[in-house]
Amino acid sequence: MALVEIRGLHVDFGSPARPLPAVDGVDLDIGAGEIVGLVGESGSGKSMTGLALMGLVDAPGRVRAERVAFDDQDLLALSMRERAKLAGGRIAMIFQDPQASLDPCYTVGFQLDEAIRLHGSAAERANPTARRERAVSLLREVDIPDPPQRLHAYPHQLSGGMAQRVMIAIAVAGRPRLLIADEPTTALDVTVQAQVLALLARLRREHDMAMLLITHDLPVVAETADRVVVMYAGQVMETGDVPAIFEAPGHPYTQALLDSIPEHNEGRARLRTIAGVVPGIDDRPTGCLLAPRCERAEPICSSERPLLRGGGAHRAVRCHFPLLKP
Amino acid sequence: MWRFVLRRAALVVPTFIGVTLLAFALIHLIPGDPVENISGERGMEPARRTRLLHEFGLDRPLPVQYGSYVAHVLRGDLGHSLTTHVGVAQEFGTLFPATVELAFFAMLFALVVGVPAGVIAAVRRNTAADYAVMGVSLAGYSMPIFWWALLLILFFSVQLGWTPVSGRIAVEYDVPAVTGFMLIDTLMAGDLAAFRSALSHLILPTIALGTIPLAVIARMTRSAMLEVLREDYVRAARAKGLSRMRVIVVHALRNALIPVVTVVGLQVGLLLSGAILTETIFSWPGVGNWLIHGVQARDYPVVQGGILLIAGIVIAVNLIVDVLYGVINPRIRHG
Ligand SMILES: Nc1ncnc2c1ncn2[C@@H]1O[C@H](COP(=O)(O)OP(=O)(O)O)[C@@H](O)[C@H]1O
Ligand SMILES: [Mg+2]
Repeated sequence: MALVEIRGLHVDFGSPARPLPAVDGVDLDIGAGEIVGLVGESGSGKSMTGLALMGLVDAPGRVRAERVAFDDQDLLALSMRERAKLAGGRIAMIFQDPQASLDPCYTVGFQLDEAIRLHGSAAERANPTARRERAVSLLREVDIPDPPQRLHAYPHQLSGGMAQRVMIAIAVAGRPRLLIADEPTTALDVTVQAQVLALLARLRREHDMAMLLITHDLPVVAETADRVVVMYAGQVMETGDVPAIFEAPGHPYTQALLDSIPEHNEGRARLRTIAGVVPGIDDRPTGCLLAPRCERAEPICSSERPLLRGGGAHRAVRCHFPLLKP
Repeated sequence: MWRFVLRRAALVVPTFIGVTLLAFALIHLIPGDPVENISGERGMEPARRTRLLHEFGLDRPLPVQYGSYVAHVLRGDLGHSLTTHVGVAQEFGTLFPATVELAFFAMLFALVVGVPAGVIAAVRRNTAADYAVMGVSLAGYSMPIFWWALLLILFFSVQLGWTPVSGRIAVEYDVPAVTGFMLIDTLMAGDLAAFRSALSHLILPTIALGTIPLAVIARMTRSAMLEVLREDYVRAARAKGLSRMRVIVVHALRNALIPVVTVVGLQVGLLLSGAILTETIFSWPGVGNWLIHGVQARDYPVVQGGILLIAGIVIAVNLIVDVLYGVINPRIRHG
């Protein structure tokens, strides 16, 4: 039984009469303790998928799905209030720009305390001293030096890496079963990126916490994730286990993403990337979403949208002419 | 922080010259002079007029008069009223608490109504509530104070008889002026009936004077809230599972208040000029009313001194607001 089970997730903008899909029928499973990498170029609908799972999609966005289950609980049947209680508790989320994600008017200690007061143990909720101790131990857990001192720091006094560690500490305050990390290292320096990823990997081991790692950075996924879901223009293009996909991509889009990684490309004359950008939500082709940008496109690709066809246990590809026969 | 305060203090010198010059020029531009005012309809024999003009020092060339005025001001001497012969500073000091009381409650009213209205408009943007708040505040902003005050008097005082028409307190109460603030003085005197009377006299002037700042604050709060609600930390606060109310008040509003405080500071200057009109209409015995009488009597020392003191207070309030801005904004406070 998967921890998260999403079937047919849609996030629509535009009018109900002419919906513009940011997320267009996504299926996604995350097993307990599993790290799933959600990759794709900017504008593919990755963040919207994560926010929909958190219940944080704002109007005018509309969410519908056949099924969104967490720990066998049907999230779609919950009231807004019950849904909000899950968020920050058993499901937590961290974001791309950690410094902007902390409220500039309050100290680190205040913002940690808010989370502990809401999602901490009964003893912590009742007792400020216990909460303070927990806050210090959370900061220690995310490798922040001199935690008691840091409780008094304001966000603008933290580096990007420190701010993301604080965000992670806030996220794990409720001992979540699932952490949604939306581009957690994109805004950070390369050396800090590696440290934060190592921290996330360690926390998931220690807490047996599943993770949805959203990124456009494939090497990050290759290093950290168990499984990959490749998204493009609101739909899943390919999914599979990490080593398998990196060894033999089944979709031309996955191939193109891999080709754009410098190390993956050594010896070639120049970077091979696909031309163009992800089509906007009001500009989606009727056939294969990738057809206008795909070197291998045939006439059928522009007229007919391929289905996501699965082969073995974890592998599925949405392509009329997959690189790898399922 | 201290360098900032010093820099602001250095601006006081040119402002002082500007204000004294302007007040001096304006009052002398108005036709007539104090002596003409004293003589009234029947006129005055030329010899007496010349003697009085000389006594008041008004027969000297204007630049000399200005120079002598500034020299006195620098020595802390604002002169005496030509009509009451009381010291200008002393008269101002007696009347100023009434103006402060009125301005304070007007600002309180503007904040207590304007901030929540702006928050509601932002949170429910493009709904009937938003349009209502924006529409009413636009109307309030465009309403001339004297017109609005007269409407209030006609409706609440004349038609409904709920509130008194003018003054600070009903004549039958004689409350010793300790602080000069009527609400405090009546309470100190332990006279609840007098307190109620003072309160009822305060209501309409407060609304009349507070409406424009209310409109400005509501609009400013709305736009600041709309901006802040888009911020990452608001989404992150929601992701923590905080209640909607807590996200809006503790996180969004707290940040939105930073620009609102600046606006409140700018409103103080407008509030004092609005107080002049309001006090005149409601016969409120404050410095605004006093200044208008000074202008009518061509009481040069009163007008010049009054304007100078009010300008000084506006500058001081703006300085305090700037400092307050640093206090509520951690990014400035902890540089
Ligand atoms: N409020 C909105 N109104 C209209 N379109 C939106 C809105 N928010 C996001 N979108 C669109 O949804 C699509 C998916 O966005 P997003 O999930 O942020 O992509 P990703 O995280 O993969 O970069 C984008 O094309 C974006 O333009
Ligand atoms: Mg994104």
